[in-house]
Amino acid sequence: MPHDFSRNHFELFGLPPRFGLDAAALEHAYRGMQAEVHPDRYAHAGEAEKRLSMQWATRVNEAYQTLRRPFERARYLLELQGIHAMDPNNTAMPPDFLMQQMEWREALEEARSGRDLGALQRLEQSLRAVAQALQTELEGLLDERHDYAQAAEVLRKYRFMEKLLAEIDAAYEDIE
Amino acid sequence: MALLQIAEPGMSTAPHEHRLAVGIDLGTTNSLVATVRNGIAVVLNDDHGRALLPSVVRYHADGATSVGYEAQARQGDDPHNTVVSAKRFMGRGLKDIADAATMPYRFVDAPGMVQLKTAAGVKSPVEVSAEILKVLKARAEAALGGELMGAVITVPAYFDDAQRQATKDAARLAGLNVLRLLNEPTAAAIAYGLDNGAEGIYAVYDLGGGTFDISILRLTRGVFEVLATNGDSALGGDDFDRRIYCWVLEQAGLKVIDDHDKALLLAKAREAKEMLTEHPEVKVTAVLSTGEFIDLDLTEAQFNAMTASLVNKTLVPTRRALRDAGLEPADVKGVVMVGGSTRVPRIQAAVGEFFGQTPLTNLDPDRVVALGAAIQANVLAGNRQEDDWLLLDVVPLSLGLETMGGLVEKIIPRNATIPTARAQEFTTFKDGQTAMAVHVVQGERELVADCRSLARFELRGIPPMVAGAARIRVTFQVDADGLLSVSARELSTGVEAHIEVKPSYGLTDDEVARMLRDSYDHAREDMSARQLAELKVDGQRLVEATEIALAENGAELLDAEEREEIENLIAALKKALEGDVPQAIKRATEALNKGTVEFAARRMDLSVKKALTGHKIEELDV
Repeated sequence: MPHDFSRNHFELFGLPPRFGLDAAALEHAYRGMQAEVHPDRYAHAGEAEKRLSMQWATRVNEAYQTLRRPFERARYLLELQGIHAMDPNNTAMPPDFLMQQMEWREALEEARSGRDLGALQRLEQSLRAVAQALQTELEGLLDERHDYAQAAEVLRKYRFMEKLLAEIDAAYEDIE
Repeated sequence: MALLQIAEPGMSTAPHEHRLAVGIDLGTTNSLVATVRNGIAVVLNDDHGRALLPSVVRYHADGATSVGYEAQARQGDDPHNTVVSAKRFMGRGLKDIADAATMPYRFVDAPGMVQLKTAAGVKSPVEVSAEILKVLKARAEAALGGELMGAVITVPAYFDDAQRQATKDAARLAGLNVLRLLNEPTAAAIAYGLDNGAEGIYAVYDLGGGTFDISILRLTRGVFEVLATNGDSALGGDDFDRRIYCWVLEQAGLKVIDDHDKALLLAKAREAKEMLTEHPEVKVTAVLSTGEFIDLDLTEAQFNAMTASLVNKTLVPTRRALRDAGLEPADVKGVVMVGGSTRVPRIQAAVGEFFGQTPLTNLDPDRVVALGAAIQANVLAGNRQEDDWLLLDVVPLSLGLETMGGLVEKIIPRNATIPTARAQEFTTFKDGQTAMAVHVVQGERELVADCRSLARFELRGIPPMVAGAARIRVTFQVDADGLLSVSARELSTGVEAHIEVKPSYGLTDDEVARMLRDSYDHAREDMSARQLAELKVDGQRLVEATEIALAENGAELLDAEEREEIENLIAALKKALEGDVPQAIKRATEALNKGTVEFAARRMDLSVKKALTGHKIEELDV
């Protein structure tokens, strides 16, 4: 194994392990790193370097994709704390949140079957606002209060929101 | 007085000399080869000054082949043995070819990939493509005056793994060292972006003879980043020809026609389509083998009506690619048109309407892909040291595994930046189960039956345990060519069963070896001589790469003993290269490869550190 594979994703890019991440700095670091390790730099090199370059570029892509997405970034931060937020045993959800979910789903179904683009857009807007609020909450819990148990619960809520938003995307496709 | 140095024939001299590398656009209808000369990308012409090589191969009864214009001219009177659009069959089974019935070929339904019966025997599309590549290789070597160090071969972005693997095999069969398989729209973006200093979001709309690609890229200084790609690997200019062809049959009241007339009318249909890009109305005339005379008028309006559904078919993937990139048509700063079929005025108009802007057509849509490939080949060969750019491409279709009930578990999602790897753990279904069938598929659908099957293999030697106790980790790795390799291992007991499989489309290594032998038999070339030459090129390349690496970092990364060890291995390989014993060269090459693993790792670590410190210094500057 290469020597430096043990660094975590944040260390790899020289960034502080925080949920509130400077997206521009991440991108800059990612590109700088790929510029050094990408297989295109080693197309004329020997076998050993080609293989290592592919492993490193794969590793750098994985790290970037993880840190770039808020959900994956939060999950990864919790994992660094030894908490597996998406473990199938961690499924408890507050009943009021689940009720709210059901209402949103009904609204989505209605908009889809009625091919009501306006209703779909209104629903999307309010869901995005909720998702944004959850992100802000996550940032406080992870970066300021270090309340990881609570952060895990908020993250599970956030996951629900992402799934709903993906279904809205699919509904747009259906309506079109 | 200094003595003049004279290099040994065939031996490379200075480590930084210009290496001969080309870009090849292996198209459905036409193919091209280009290179970078004196810093400028140029397409290489044939002896008659023609840039395009029609992707047509004719097999003669004596085993000889003709390729290009010569073959194309005989298409009408020798339709069975004259293969056009072989790219449509790459990595495809007979059932994948929707319009096989309208083609004049005698297909043989081999497992995995269809084959064609010709006067010179049964040929795989891989062999047909290799014939085209051989001609382009010879053209390039004649023009550049030496053996090629390597080639970048372009493929449609939407090509799946089987189609990519088939393309790479064709290159191997043609004796080309593949530096990279490069997606066609990405190649076009390189040529366009570098020429125009483009920045921002660009769409590349690439409608070739038999394939359609749409790629959404973000261009920033020095980085070409593909955000999403989509397409249809069975939609292209050929389909427009076929619409005209069917119209001709209908208008002339023709029911049954022979293969000769089929080929003739398809050629006439194509001519009519090309004429219509310049004229509002054209005549379609032909004399059939029955003596019947065809004389029809075709207007642009009629043509547009009969092909409207094809044009719309390209907008569906276009919409999906934008959605995957999280963008709207208005976010796109420019639309680059690629492929001869984009000359059709109705297509330009439809794309213009969709994006709300006039598409960019200032680069020759036939050449831009080859030029971009040549520019990238020049970089990959190591001819440029500074101001390089970075290319970040993606995998076009999700990759997954079959799970219980014929469902697909996606492992790598579409549009993941390559190279990429993902692992997923599975468990056993029955008590005492000692083997597991792994079925690798590619596609977006949920059912295995609706996706493309890439490979099947079995992981054996799982220790017997109760159902659900074994832990089997399956790892997918997609390399920078977009090619997948899969490995599986059992983790729970420490017993390791490990298998590595390259997905294939039914061509075994034996078959590839057979094709290689066949092609050498015909060329009256000695296979062992060829093998020796290839080993020597590989060995020479490794010597060169290692010497450069030593010169760059040897002093800081190796102690005297380590350095001496590598130098001894280099010397041993050089000595072997002077002789003609294949085994000795192979052994010495392997020894040097092995002996430099640690050095390579240290060099890579150094590069990573460099990237980190570079980043921090820039931060401090702000």
